[in-house]
Order: sequence, then C-alpha cells, then structure tokens
Amino acid sequence: MSRILGPDDIRRALARIAHEIVERERTEGLVLVGIADRGDHLALRLAREIATIEGAQIPVGVLDITFYRDDIGMTAEAPEVHETRIPFDITGRTVILVDDVLFTGRTIRAAMDALTDLGRARRIRLAVLVDRGHRELPIRADFVGKNVPTQLGDDVRVLVTEVDGEDGAVVQDGPAGRTIREAPAVAGQEESA
Amino acid sequence: MNEHLLSMHDVTADDVIRILDTAESFREVGTRVIKKVPALRGRTVVNLFYENSTRTRISFELAAKRLSADVINFSSGGSSVSKGESLKDTALTLQAMGADAIVIRHSSSGSPFQLTRWVRGHVLNAGDGTHEHPTQALLDLYTMRERLGRLEGLRVGIVGDVLHSRVARSLSFGLVKMGADVTLVGPATLIPPDAPQWGVQVSYDLDEVLSKLDVCYLLRVQTERQRLEYFPSVREYARLFGLNRSRVRLLPEGSLIMHPGPMNRGVEIDSDVADLPQSVIEDQVTNGIAVRMALLYLLLGGRHGDGGEAGDG
Repeated sequence: MSRILGPDDIRRALARIAHEIVERERTEGLVLVGIADRGDHLALRLAREIATIEGAQIPVGVLDITFYRDDIGMTAEAPEVHETRIPFDITGRTVILVDDVLFTGRTIRAAMDALTDLGRARRIRLAVLVDRGHRELPIRADFVGKNVPTQLGDDVRVLVTEVDGEDGAVVQDGPAGRTIREAPAVAGQEESA
Repeated sequence: MNEHLLSMHDVTADDVIRILDTAESFREVGTRVIKKVPALRGRTVVNLFYENSTRTRISFELAAKRLSADVINFSSGGSSVSKGESLKDTALTLQAMGADAIVIRHSSSGSPFQLTRWVRGHVLNAGDGTHEHPTQALLDLYTMRERLGRLEGLRVGIVGDVLHSRVARSLSFGLVKMGADVTLVGPATLIPPDAPQWGVQVSYDLDEVLSKLDVCYLLRVQTERQRLEYFPSVREYARLFGLNRSRVRLLPEGSLIMHPGPMNRGVEIDSDVADLPQSVIEDQVTNGIAVRMALLYLLLGGRHGDGGEAGDG
C-alpha cells in the first residue's frame, strides 16, 4: 500500500481547487453538492475555503447516489444507503459536484441523474480530489486535486478525518492475476461505495 | 437479510436497524417534488391480496412505484380466485409471469410460507390470518424510534384484542428483539395464553399501566373476527379499555398514542384522542411507505440466489 497524498497535500489541493472555482465560476448562485460518504466532507471544506477567499457563504448539500446506481441487483447485498440532504433548490444554480475519487465515471453519471430529479441546475461542474483514470463513460472533471496513474485493479482510497480519523489518500495494488475483464465490476463497487 | 419477510423472527436486531436506517433515506425521497428513484427499474412486484385492505395495499403499491418497479395488483375479488383457483395455481401463474417479489395478504396463517415453496421470487407477508404482520411492526418501530429516539428500554403497552391480532404478535416480537419493555393489556379472554413466553408482561387493567408507558398502542377491536363472546359488549370494552381524555391524562408527558388503523373511533380510541398531537397515527401511515420501500430495496437490491430452489412445483 502506498500513500499518494498526505494531510498537507489534501489541504493544498482543496485550497487550489477553491481558488480555481472562484476564478472560473461566479460565487453568486453557486452551490456545492458532495457525494456521500467522503465527497460531502470535502464539499464542506471547499465551502470553508471559498468563504475565506471570497467571504461568500456557499450552500452545501450531500447527495447519496445509491438509488441511481447501475449495478443494483448485481452485488451480493443491496448497496448500503446514505443520507441525501440538499436543503435548497438547485434549479437555476451552478452545482459543483464534489467527490473523492474519479474512476469509471459511473458514480458521476448516477449523481447527475439524481440531481436532475431534484431540479434543473443551470450547469453542473465536477470537482474531485483524485482522478485515477480508467473512465468507462465520457465524463471528465473540471477541477482535479491530483491525477494519479493507476492499474485498473488497484484500490484507491481517500481518507478524511471526519470519517476515517485521518486525512490522506492511498493506493493498494490489485491482486496479481486479476484480468481486465473482471476488474471493472469490482472496482465500480469500490468507487461508489 | 433473509430472502423473505414472513415473520419478525426472520430478521435480527441488526437487520431491523439496517431496515430503519434505510427507510430514513427513503423518507427523504418522499419529501421531494419527484418522489421516485430508479433503484428497482425493471423488477416486478405483485400485490396478492386475498383479504380486504386499503392502506397496506396502497402503501406497498406506492412503495414499489416510488422505486420504479412495475406493480401488479391481484385481489381475490374479480380475479381467477373467484373462479376457484387455488393459491398454489395462482402462485405458479405469477411465477410464470416473472414476479420478482410477491406481497401477500391472506386470511390463513402460514400462507406466505406456503407461497415460498412454490415461487422463486421474494415473499413479503402483508398479514396472514392471526399470525404476523411484520411490515406493520417495522413501520411502528420506525415511528417510535423517530419520535422517541430509541427503542431499547421503551415501555410500550399494546392494548386490546391481542389474541386475534397479527399486528400485536409481530410488534411484540420486534420490540422484545430491540430490548423494549412490552406489556399486553386487555380482557383476559383476549390475551393469548402463551403470551408470557414472548418475553412480555400482561395486565388486565389499563388504568394501572398507563402512567408507566412511553407508547400506548391501541389495537383495533376486530368486529369481523369477533365472535362476540370474548367480551360482553362493545360499550363495556370501550369503558374498560378505550382510550379517552381522562385516561390520556394518566400517560407520562411526551408519550405517544399509536394505532395501526383503521380506527373504530369511540371504541378503542375516542375521536378527540385520535386527533391529539401526541397521537402519531398519520405518521405511521407516512412512515409505512418508506419502510416498505426499504424492505423492497433490501430484498430485491441484492443478487438473487440461484433461482433454482423453488420447491416441489
């Protein structure tokens, strides 16, 4: 297992993303929506950074995408459900989706479907802490903390203090001999779990 | 989780917590403008109702629809059942049509279990005879936890015709499993003789227990099952066991009044009592949809076994 980001790297990456967001998007009408259960904490931190930079209070919501996953019924147990709490109307707003790891893109596809059911956002942007490649859908991030080249079978995890007791990002090598054919299903579960 | 939900004995305390936590997420879905998620797209849920029911059937129907499943309602009147088709043949027909889950209500205790021997889909018991009604118990547990913040140590009185009540049985089993203190209250003729083995207490005097309750759960006087010899008259029942204003005053501050519906106002519950703020009967109905969504999701959302276990065909 190797560490790709430490606590300071995460702090700097989020500060930079916050600067990029205020530079490229108007803070007026801007909302952050984090994908449970790591992205929501990252979204809150981004909002704090933006408040420090611009003095603007950006509303933050948390989105659970479980009901929109494309692999329901394919995993042994029904995927665990988290809370969705978006206490504002997203219609007409610029929504920045925040997630920890961008991988196949399936989570983001699900998140966009979920957002569409909640209202008609003016635009949706994507901010991720780690982009590890291996997209299976035509999706890219607008704001990236760090690009990390990985093997398809690797396990990439972002840790946040609020959930894991520490900040960081680690890569665990996939089991040797795993074929490319069977890797996506396994990796897809990890990504959206 | 077990493959079917036939009885509260099919779920562990951990399962109950998982069901209630999942239901909480579905409560949020129920507050949206678009109250629908695609989780069970392409699955078929059959409501097989051999007994009259409005709220349970509608609640299950709404739950399945909000999960984007296809719903087929099959009630005994106006179907081949009225032409004399047996439960088994109906089950095999539904099986052949590819039902992923069957929600069954039947006047015969044990019929949901029978059904599991004939079909491959998941079976959910929506009330069988005087046996069990587990989804009602789970929505009641959800409502108590939501309102009072816990289940462990809660003091719950279940009042009325326990003998004929599948709700009382399922709820007692569920509450005892979650560490609550249950007292069954009613005339001796309506308390099942084996009740002490459920891990509950028994009382024949409502006024004596009211001051020690966090939840006063009233059962419907089931006139359709009542052979009338269980108590002398409805008036006497109402006088001894009906919840009226003066009895409500004996309940501790913050306690809840619950009823599985449909109510007989003026019998087990006075009309003005049913409309008090501490009576959460409407919450029970709203929560019922979320809890049934959670159950359908948890049962149908995992990979379904091998599919080859349907019994002797």
